[in-house]
Amino acid sequence: MTTTFLEHVRSRLALHELRDGTGHPLLILHGLGEESPQKIPKVVQGWRGPICALDFTGHGASSVPVGGGYTCEALMSDADAVLAQLGPVTLLGYGLGGYVGLLLFGSRPTEVKGLVIMDGPGLDGGGGRPVSPKLLHVSSSSLDGSTPDPWAMAELASDIRPPSYAADHARQIQVLSELDVAVCVASLGRPEWLTAALESPVVVESDVSTALSTFTLL
Amino acid sequence: MSNEIDVIRSLLPQARRPDRSRRVDVGGIEVSVVEWGDEMSQPLLLAHGGFDFAGTWDLFAPLLADEGFRVVAWDQRGHGDSDMAALYTWEADMRDAACVIESLNTEKPIPVLGHSKGGGMMNQLAEVLPHRVSAVINLDGIPNERGFTNQVDRSDVNALASELSGWLDHRRKAGQMSRRADTIKGLAERRKLMNPRLSTEWLQYLVTVGARCDDDGWRWKIDPTLRFGPSGAWRPEWAIPRLRGLHVPYLGVIGTVKEEMGWGTTPEEAFQILPEGAEFHALADTGHFVHIERPDYVAEIAVEFLGRVL
Repeated sequence: MTTTFLEHVRSRLALHELRDGTGHPLLILHGLGEESPQKIPKVVQGWRGPICALDFTGHGASSVPVGGGYTCEALMSDADAVLAQLGPVTLLGYGLGGYVGLLLFGSRPTEVKGLVIMDGPGLDGGGGRPVSPKLLHVSSSSLDGSTPDPWAMAELASDIRPPSYAADHARQIQVLSELDVAVCVASLGRPEWLTAALESPVVVESDVSTALSTFTLL
Repeated sequence: MSNEIDVIRSLLPQARRPDRSRRVDVGGIEVSVVEWGDEMSQPLLLAHGGFDFAGTWDLFAPLLADEGFRVVAWDQRGHGDSDMAALYTWEADMRDAACVIESLNTEKPIPVLGHSKGGGMMNQLAEVLPHRVSAVINLDGIPNERGFTNQVDRSDVNALASELSGWLDHRRKAGQMSRRADTIKGLAERRKLMNPRLSTEWLQYLVTVGARCDDDGWRWKIDPTLRFGPSGAWRPEWAIPRLRGLHVPYLGVIGTVKEEMGWGTTPEEAFQILPEGAEFHALADTGHFVHIERPDYVAEIAVEFLGRVL
């Protein structure tokens, strides 16, 4: 495994290459509080091309910002920095990484060659509809610069993910991507945002190996 | 250079720089806190709007201080003299506001006043910390069901595509960006595009307090990684069903002339959602910056309100 670091906004992002190869890469996006896998996960071993994995800001070997302020959009921007580096990729996201992958695909519909959404930590976030706001608190003694950043854990477990917001991104993919099947949902979890995305004809339920064997040919 | 500043500031003798400033740790980064008025007086917290800074209170805050308040304002993270952060969210700004209140070491709840985004923040502060807030004054920061005036139409595929890719494009180069350097006059003219109703004298004054003078010119002290315009799933209208639940005395003031920076809430819309018993003023021939266009009048109704309810 080789690791390169991307300077992006005020983050230093660790991008791991798990396996070299030809063709467009598979980019793995981890779940909340996780980090990139050290070895190639069994489920993606059938992938033909290179396999890479990103540590989001505040996770794994990436830098830890001071004072929190995490949003899924900032993490989407982390993954977009990889697109700038590698060119088009297929995304495979676990939990939080699946939601971030949907946002990125909807925002860069011609630069993402398919997304697979897997179960994982942070799939639901703070739910689909606004709830009573709260003032999050993290013990200062836990803020020692190590990952995962406690602010990421607190803020990205409570962010609201409206179904209409996810549906808008799915529609962007449907209209602007050239793929007939663009997003494969391999998770058992069905948060409201994901159910809404599944309303789009280009978002389908599929097992991961079928999904990857389709996307690897693109 | 200081001569130019003196000349510009002399054109607005009623504007007054704060009496004191200090820095407050808000969890590893520091925000700049400024105060006008006697330290022993009743505290009143002011929250500025997005892309503004505490210096935008220089006309309004002294009027309140002269009426016997210890007026406390802070620069939101990334704005003015506060530290820049790696990440920004509404929720982080809310935590910073709570830290500023903590820094006052007051046991009693205090009145709070916010403009625009700051008004929305103070609405939420009264909900999440009801025991810390004794009254809310909201200056043109009352939400409506239509969202922000400048919000993209999310049903328009091309408009949304441009918005989403534009935000990411900005992030791709944001780490290397700095704000554009210009003369005081040039920065004031650019700000007038977004604040067309504010006087040139005021906008030039703002440059002298909200920008810094580098070797190649003046730059606004606002983090260049921040981008104007809403992004993300959060919507101001989420607060609408909860406003009625605020059980503190409430004064709402809106300007009736719609502006790009404003929220576009009509008096009818505002009146329907405000807390029971709220006092409400819709100012004719006044834009979004009610406290800058009509500082004396807005200070008068604020002081009268606070005198009655505290």
